[in-house]
Amino acid sequence: MIPVTAPEFDDATLDEAVHRAIDAWGREPTQLLQVLREVQETLGFLPPPALARIASALGVPIARVRGVVAFYSFLYAEPRGTYRVLFSDNVTDRMRGSEERLREFGQRLWVESGKVSQDGLVSLGRTSCVGLDDHAPALLVNGRPVPDVDAARATLLGDLILARVPLAEWPPELFVVEDHIRRADVMLTDPIRPGEAIRAALARGEADGTGPQATLEEIKAARLLGRGGAGFTTGVKWESCSRQPVTPRVVVCNADEGEPGTFKDRLLLGRYADLVFEGMTVAAWAIGASRGFVYLRGEYRFLLDALRDTLERRRREGLLGAAICGREGFAFDVQIHVGAGSYVCGEASALVESLEGKRGIPRNRPPRLAEKGYLGWPTIVNNVESYCAAALILLHGADWFRSRGTPRSSGTKLLSVSGDCARPGIYEYPFGVSVQQVLEDSGATGTIAVQAGGPSGACLGQDEFERRIAFEDIETGGAFIVFDGSRDMFEVARHFAHFFAEESCGFCTPCRVGTSLLRNLMDKIRDGKGSQHDLLTIEELGRLLGKASHCGLGESAAKPLLGTLRRFRPAYERRLGSSAVEPAFDLDGALARARRMTGRDDPGAHLGEAP
Amino acid sequence: MSEPRPTFQLDGAEVPFTPGQTVLQAALAAGHHIPHLCYHPEFKPHGSCKLCTVKVGGWHATSCTLPAKEGLVVESETEEVNAERRMLVQLLFVEGNHFCPSCEMSGRCKLQATAYDLGMTTPRFDHFFPDRPVDASHPEILLDFNRCILCELCVRASAEVDGKQVFALAGRGMGKHLVVNSDSGLLRDSQLAATDKAVEVCPVGVILRKRVGFAIPVGQRRFDERPISAQALDYAPRPPGRPKAPGA
Repeated sequence: MIPVTAPEFDDATLDEAVHRAIDAWGREPTQLLQVLREVQETLGFLPPPALARIASALGVPIARVRGVVAFYSFLYAEPRGTYRVLFSDNVTDRMRGSEERLREFGQRLWVESGKVSQDGLVSLGRTSCVGLDDHAPALLVNGRPVPDVDAARATLLGDLILARVPLAEWPPELFVVEDHIRRADVMLTDPIRPGEAIRAALARGEADGTGPQATLEEIKAARLLGRGGAGFTTGVKWESCSRQPVTPRVVVCNADEGEPGTFKDRLLLGRYADLVFEGMTVAAWAIGASRGFVYLRGEYRFLLDALRDTLERRRREGLLGAAICGREGFAFDVQIHVGAGSYVCGEASALVESLEGKRGIPRNRPPRLAEKGYLGWPTIVNNVESYCAAALILLHGADWFRSRGTPRSSGTKLLSVSGDCARPGIYEYPFGVSVQQVLEDSGATGTIAVQAGGPSGACLGQDEFERRIAFEDIETGGAFIVFDGSRDMFEVARHFAHFFAEESCGFCTPCRVGTSLLRNLMDKIRDGKGSQHDLLTIEELGRLLGKASHCGLGESAAKPLLGTLRRFRPAYERRLGSSAVEPAFDLDGALARARRMTGRDDPGAHLGEAP
Repeated sequence: MSEPRPTFQLDGAEVPFTPGQTVLQAALAAGHHIPHLCYHPEFKPHGSCKLCTVKVGGWHATSCTLPAKEGLVVESETEEVNAERRMLVQLLFVEGNHFCPSCEMSGRCKLQATAYDLGMTTPRFDHFFPDRPVDASHPEILLDFNRCILCELCVRASAEVDGKQVFALAGRGMGKHLVVNSDSGLLRDSQLAATDKAVEVCPVGVILRKRVGFAIPVGQRRFDERPISAQALDYAPRPPGRPKAPGA
């Protein structure tokens, strides 16, 4: 193999790239991840001399810098291609032919997945779900999303790359991402005027003289539960943070929408950014916070510039900064941090670690983030949709909010519907809608299963389609992936097993090793070498992960396997060998190399069948 | 006399604790062993190996980070919990490359001792056989990453006691690995000294002193003499630098 020649950077180029990033983000160790990301945007990857410069400028040990680079899948210590193509690899992408596209693309451009082409022109790979399931199959080119990659579009991309057309000159329609709002309820129909909800919150406090407490009471009375999937009571979280005797306090918006099959936050951040910031500012008023962060997943980098423009406009309008809406002492501003490819950073405490510039490892609790969060300050972390709901609650009141949904799950929920249905997209329903209703509205026919809440959620079979989307029945962060009778649920589960093994942070033993073992066992069954014993092992490992893991990722990692084993066991069993135990190791296969070396392939060079 | 100390229940026994202690710390101080690998009495609990998992009120919890509370009812020595621990140790064995018969740490290794103690007879799962080159660059210390269980004790010791940050972690998932803080990435070019706390804390055989191998014959070593579960007080909380109990 001819090694790909690494681009050489002279000292001036390196210095300039590093200085520019540090000027933008500051000379603080907490900015390490953002600085790395910014330097990589300039240089294409992170060569060792750049890392050394960043380490010394931020006063961070070089080992820590390398540790962070190796943690995030979008940070590259090795040179990548001029064109970096990453195919989204959710099950929804595969259902629409992403693997075929990837194969054709690789053959045409002479590059294997995971590699850089010999001429350094293009690097190719897969990445976890990029949040474009309604546009599957999708891919990212140098971080920019290209939706609906059918064969024609893949050919066009290949042409552009081979002709070395700069990305800026590519046809703009390649990058158009439609919102696909299929059903709108209160959140999506009635865009608010900027400042409306903040003024409503201030007015409520004035009316009864309780100030920010009135906002907390309204959120509590609305019984708003977190929209990210865990369903924690938002009012309780905010109140506990507001009572901490420490300042500053911090409001964080979790826009790390990493659960495969979820793309509602893409819509909210893209089209309803004012509503998101409005909700964050209301939260800041309620808990007395002065600092705000949006943690935007790296896959949504394409939304960054517009979001920053919205923030800048809101500052000009007096809706951010000092004396918000003219209220002395109400100061709050928001900074956007961009992630770099890590699912576990959607876990609130891992997200905070990542905001601090570290590897995204979930923290031990206690203390809770409300007591000690970002840099030890009291911090709330809420989902994008939760902040939107909070803004609407302050504007229209808790009673109005509770008038939709069920008694225990008030309000509406955005569902990201994808997979085997005629109309994938965003559906806003009051809580309590049945699975069957969603299937009908989205034009799904012959459905055999629905994965609600993504791989870490529930796999529902046909006998469960009367169940309802609500915290008291099917909890979901919003993913709703539909499978019809043409799908093999074993392959779906195997795909999710690969996903969790890829995304495990590696902190705790059960998840780090267990997810990889589960992946290997599923591959073994796929290869026709599985046995009943392997199914028992999957179940036993699955139980261990559920009980002993450090965070929700590990606790959920075996759920798609256990769920499909329960509902679709024949899909596993028809792949099993006949004996009770089959070794994963192929003894005859291991001799293949020796046969090649000796030029033999006669029967004597093979192990015979066991008698 | 001072107030009577608050207590919680561990497998039916009353365990007194000082507020601020975790369940594992209080249990060890009272002479009750709960299996553990990433916990060390001189460092802040970390909670990654999960060997110290216990059941509290029907739920699983990590006892090294779980704050002790009056009236907790903790189950530890049950067949259910020990079966889970046995599986966790098996996961650690198949993840790395552990060849006990030829390992200098045999008989002093906490992974091996814990596995014996929990009655592990086979590794059960398919080995990963990872490729983990050794770092023999340092004149006095050998790093054999094959045995690393990623407990981060050396990371913590170097940062908290030695003030050097010689070690750090990189990567994620099964790609997670220990790295050395030097431009070359080699131990030779780091600030590590053979007298560092970080050299002493490795519970397995990653950080080894050169030229002192097998000073005590295998068979007469610490865990050859008594099982690790009989040595709970050696792992009781103590301030940094204070010597272990005699015979440790």
